[in-house]
Amino acid sequence: MGRTLVEKILGTHTEREVRVGDFAVVRVDFSYVQDGTGPLMVRRLAAMDVEKLHDPSSCAVFLDHASPSPRLELSNDHKFLREFCRRTGAILSEVGDGISHNVSSEKYVKPGDVVVGADSHTCTNGALCAFATGMGSTDVGVAMAFGHTWMRVPEPWKVFVKGEFPKGVYSKDFMLHFIGTVKGDGATYKALEFLGPTMEGLSLTGRFTLANMAVECGAKVGLFPSDEKTRAFLKDHGREEHYREIRADEDARYERVFEFDVSGLEPMVACPHFVDNTKPIGKVDKVRADQVFLGTSTNGRLEDFQLAASILKGKKVHPGVRLLVTPGSRRVYREGMLDGTFQTLLEAGGVITGPGCGACVGVHEGVLADGEVCVTTQNRNFRGRMGNPNASLYLVSPATAAATAIAGELADPRQFT
Amino acid sequence: MKIRGKVWKFGDGISTDHIAPGRLFHLRSNLPELAKHCLEDARPEFVSGVKPGDFVVGGRNFGQGSSREHAAVVIKMCGVGAVLAKSFARIFFRNCVNVGLPVLILDTDRIEEGDELEVDLASGKVANVTRGWEAGTPPLPPVMRTIISDGGLVEHVKKHGRLKLD
Repeated sequence: MGRTLVEKILGTHTEREVRVGDFAVVRVDFSYVQDGTGPLMVRRLAAMDVEKLHDPSSCAVFLDHASPSPRLELSNDHKFLREFCRRTGAILSEVGDGISHNVSSEKYVKPGDVVVGADSHTCTNGALCAFATGMGSTDVGVAMAFGHTWMRVPEPWKVFVKGEFPKGVYSKDFMLHFIGTVKGDGATYKALEFLGPTMEGLSLTGRFTLANMAVECGAKVGLFPSDEKTRAFLKDHGREEHYREIRADEDARYERVFEFDVSGLEPMVACPHFVDNTKPIGKVDKVRADQVFLGTSTNGRLEDFQLAASILKGKKVHPGVRLLVTPGSRRVYREGMLDGTFQTLLEAGGVITGPGCGACVGVHEGVLADGEVCVTTQNRNFRGRMGNPNASLYLVSPATAAATAIAGELADPRQFT
Repeated sequence: MKIRGKVWKFGDGISTDHIAPGRLFHLRSNLPELAKHCLEDARPEFVSGVKPGDFVVGGRNFGQGSSREHAAVVIKMCGVGAVLAKSFARIFFRNCVNVGLPVLILDTDRIEEGDELEVDLASGKVANVTRGWEAGTPPLPPVMRTIISDGGLVEHVKKHGRLKLD
């Protein structure tokens, strides 16, 4: 019987062959925490009397959530984490280096890896065909200490996508549509495998967006097979030798199979306060925007900013709107500076912040006031997500966000493209 | 072990932002202070009213969102005896087991705010004392039962010197 991506990857990380539903101790290739989950992990390791990491070169700490620190408590957390890295030899990704998921995909994660991160969006690296999944601080501490974790092999779901994206419609719109279809808990404990001609045609940027949001329908991981585009991405990042082709067998069995045709898809919006509260943009009542946010582990890559800049070029942000732009990594910041993308966004009236999670996590760089609305490219719109439970978030593609910044209200990007 | 307490009823989709809000990110290294805001954005009166042994009862997908283990920790620090819900988000569920906060899956439509429950943690039986019914809950997988019986993941590792699940 053929094997899925999940079975192929996990099968090389366990002592014996695994099948769906098995519980197994799984070898971990790369593990990480960020500044919100790292301090607790360091304290858990101390409570476990663990002083040495199994392989420090495969463990990383990313200072991305409150970065640079806006408060003394968080500055102390950063200091605490820097000391941990010095003591153990773990990789330190400093303030300004970027978001854990974005930087780990640029520098560390390889196709076929098992990756655990103390951040729910660790699944982003499924786009590189890594079995990457989020866990809590204690679980990731165990992975750093011993080089393994335990897992239940999840049931794979095939998400087969065909058709060409219409003008103004992107991978983000498809993922919002998918989550609206299966619902926020519809794929709990499952593994999504994104297959079909439309998925093969997607750039890595588009794939990262989809894999990133797998957790928003409960999935443990969202995987893409690795292919020539994966190889090109790794080559572009100076590590082509990390490429390995991994494909699901033709006769692999899936618990469920979904088939979508995106050729009739419209720009989609996730309305407050749940990610699965999705509607085509034409069905959403008028929404005035106070803030528009471009960035995050979902849409913080160069192609995302280039798309927004293509719409904002030569235009001005509406006077009632604050446009915040946060590059996902130092590399993206540099590339977007060199090719003029950030200059365009700046001249349109945007604020370009340093790389990191930015306003998405509600800590700094764009906390909303009572009653305000943010139209954002991030992955989550739960009440309080951007730091104020009395504010509302609408999730959209970078194109819809850019159109909204110009119009001052939620706007269909198709009028600008 | 049997626990008896009063029900605090919550709806569907309670997220980790309801439980341990992002705006209090700076309190994550000060858990006693963070616990004073537990579930504040869902029910502001929860923290001042909750008694040791009370139950948090949710609907679907309890604990969705962020991987922050702090969410499980602060519910436990409030003295909550167990969390009961129709379904749980994956990471939150695993975090609860790791920190030793009991989690039970059952149809919570038959439980109302203020009901008195008696929960037998060993058997997973839930008795609604107020409404006079009893129900079983699905057992946790053996891996999780081992971690719980060792007193959480930290204690498990201390006891065995590693992850030991077979």
